[in-house]
Amino acid sequence: MAAGVATWMPFARAAAVGWLPLAQKTMPKPPVDKKSRSDEILFVNVSGLRFQTWKNTLDRYPDTLLGSSEKEFFYNEETQEYFFDRDPEMFRHILNFFRTGKLHYPRHECIQAFEEELAFYGIIPEIIGDCCMEEYRDRKKENQERLAEDTEAENAGDAPLPPDATLRERLWRAFENPHTSTMALVFYYVTGFFIAVSVIANVVETVPCRPIKGSIKDLPCGEKFSVAFSCLDTACVLIFSFEYLMRLYAAPSRCDFARSVMSVIDVVAILPFYIGLVMPENEEVSGAFVTLRVFRVFRIFKFSRHSQGLRILGCTLQACASELGFLLFSLTMAVIIFATVMFYAEKGTKGTTFSSIPASFWYTIVTMTTLGYGDMVPDSIAGKIFGSICSLSGVLVIALPVPVIVSNFARIYHQNQRADKMRAQQKVRQARIRMAKKGATNAFLQHKEDGGLQDGDGDSTPLCVKNRSAFEHQHHHLLHCLEKTTNHEFTDEVTYSEVCVTDSVGFRTSRSTSLSSQQGATTTCCSRRAKRRAFRLANSTVSVSRGSVQELDTLHVTKTPAGTQYPQSRSSLNARTENLKLNCDDYTAAIISIPTPPANTPDESLPNSPAIPGILRNSRSSTFNTQETVKISSL
Amino acid sequence: MGLVMGTFSMQSNKQDRTYRKDKIDDDFEMSIVCHRPEGLDKLEAQSNFSKRELQVLYRGFKNECPSGVVNEDTFKQIYAQFFPHGDASSYAHYLFDAFDSAHSGSIKFEDFVMALSILLRGSVREKLTWTFNLYDINRDGYINKEEMTDIVRAIYDMMGKYTYPALKTDTPKQHVDAFFQKMDKNRDGVVTLDEFILSCQEDENIMRSLQLFENVI
Repeated sequence: MAAGVATWMPFARAAAVGWLPLAQKTMPKPPVDKKSRSDEILFVNVSGLRFQTWKNTLDRYPDTLLGSSEKEFFYNEETQEYFFDRDPEMFRHILNFFRTGKLHYPRHECIQAFEEELAFYGIIPEIIGDCCMEEYRDRKKENQERLAEDTEAENAGDAPLPPDATLRERLWRAFENPHTSTMALVFYYVTGFFIAVSVIANVVETVPCRPIKGSIKDLPCGEKFSVAFSCLDTACVLIFSFEYLMRLYAAPSRCDFARSVMSVIDVVAILPFYIGLVMPENEEVSGAFVTLRVFRVFRIFKFSRHSQGLRILGCTLQACASELGFLLFSLTMAVIIFATVMFYAEKGTKGTTFSSIPASFWYTIVTMTTLGYGDMVPDSIAGKIFGSICSLSGVLVIALPVPVIVSNFARIYHQNQRADKMRAQQKVRQARIRMAKKGATNAFLQHKEDGGLQDGDGDSTPLCVKNRSAFEHQHHHLLHCLEKTTNHEFTDEVTYSEVCVTDSVGFRTSRSTSLSSQQGATTTCCSRRAKRRAFRLANSTVSVSRGSVQELDTLHVTKTPAGTQYPQSRSSLNARTENLKLNCDDYTAAIISIPTPPANTPDESLPNSPAIPGILRNSRSSTFNTQETVKISSL
Repeated sequence: MGLVMGTFSMQSNKQDRTYRKDKIDDDFEMSIVCHRPEGLDKLEAQSNFSKRELQVLYRGFKNECPSGVVNEDTFKQIYAQFFPHGDASSYAHYLFDAFDSAHSGSIKFEDFVMALSILLRGSVREKLTWTFNLYDINRDGYINKEEMTDIVRAIYDMMGKYTYPALKTDTPKQHVDAFFQKMDKNRDGVVTLDEFILSCQEDENIMRSLQLFENVI
């Protein structure tokens, strides 16, 4: 807002003299400044440390504690100073903000204390200058994370459940935090044990055992003790299925639970068994069935519920996926290049193992990772040359960057996070500052709506109009002069787009901002609001919701009382739907507030067709944040 | 492969940084230029302000422009803050030219005070002469329709987009035509200083409005 340049206000107002010859109307009267105009030095005592500053300095930011009349609450009559029982060290920075217009964050101070001081003095942290903003953000994030960890650790399971928790909640609690009850702990260990048993069984059943009598070949244990193993497998699967179903039942949000990684692992672990049950003993499908048994090994991932470390590893891999992907991509490029080269180099050799380029992939990978199995070796000279180049470049491509990439993981990861967060925060920050600015620009529109621009005597208004500083008065007067010069009014985006729509459709909406400027001394904002309230009460069938849902009722149109002479220039609608000068006896009007941009309706038709139900009248009572009144008159 | 791409990106970063550094260096150099105004007594004698008022004015001036001069960009920024709805830069440009009587490209405190003295404490004739100079962009002693259209358009730009009734493209032109209708007595297409002052003195509205801005300080 222009608060930072409040001291240039006289200049801006003087420059308004340049508009005068162009103005087609008279300029409005300037605001009367009741207080003495001379600047004075104020004394501010903060816990014993005395500060002195010009009053104008503090008046620069009228929406803070020190700039508004709120500081009068802290005025000490005896010592003729403002006394604040706050941190004097912090106050230095606050006062510097008023003096220079830039808020700096003192690095040695606690972030919480600083924010509390800012909140007390009514300054939003978004104003912190760019020089200190990053430091502030970092400290704040660090602080928040630490606090979040603390609270999480607190809440992690030790807080007792409310006594009336349902079975579902208790069950879920037991599953998520096993150390809360003995039963949960037992269950936790039992499932862990069975996971281990299942995995070991899977492993052991492939080990060759001594053959049964009468056979020479070694059998894998799985086939020798097939009954035992299948019993074990069945038992494990039963337990896992039971656990999964219990978790599914207890989960607060079943969809989310079903989609989570752990539940997918659970399902994958037990599915092969059930598929095996329903599949027929067919030769062809049993091959596929065997493949499915591989998925049994995924049971080992169920351990991640039991191990914090596994979860962290999983998260890290997920986070560094882009870096790993890049490594993979560059490897693939190298592999393809060298495989092609090797294939064509070895094409001439008889009986070569490099039968195709995909076959050469294997050679390239084995060579580049310096494994060198030796199952595929080049014979031709060109092949050997390129093969050696391949292994050298393999060292470069893989071995060298890997440590760099590993150490970059943390750096790039944090950097990306910070960059994205800063970008997002920057947007949010700008949006908040814009909103505060918009609040200020809309302050003028609001001021108009409140009837602050009446040319009549100022006696009738003061109670309603919000307490404004002299600076705001002058600024509004300046904007009002501009309006008079150009013979156009300031509005906000919503009204403007509406008016455009109605203009294009050919209808005109009534706007009570024009009303307000026409009112003059006839009605004050107070009485207008009172009348609105009266209207609302008069009709009890219509519900009034302020700023929430639209509610419409069947509406009947009244014949507008005659004799409403109201000279105005903007829209003839005003005269006919003038609801403020009329008595309530003539008709009861129901007013419904609609928060969203209201529909524009054919206004002219309203007075002429008295019996049309359901026609919505739109008469905006404010341009932006007060409710909009829709006048529906009923007979 | 990754190394190559990594080194490329590092290079471009360095280039950006050096470019930005140069720009910052330039700004730093320019702001060292400082100007101190003449003595308080002299200014008091030359203008219609008292010592106390001059002190208040100077404090505000110095706060925004520690170097003692206002250049056009700063001027535009300051003026734009008073009119957040629209674009005040063109009108601020004309104002700047009007304030900068010596056409030096920057406004010193003395220029500032003299202009304010005329606008706020001057006689009617002085004020109208100042306004005439504001409108007469090329300082040739005549206001023609193009100059007036530029000024009026600049004023309408300050209103911004969202106005009621909506601004049409020929609104400034109509305004200018109305203005010339009133001011151009001998219908020769230009307005001279005498025509301007005469017409303004005949207009009640303007005379009354001129009185309003007396006690701005």
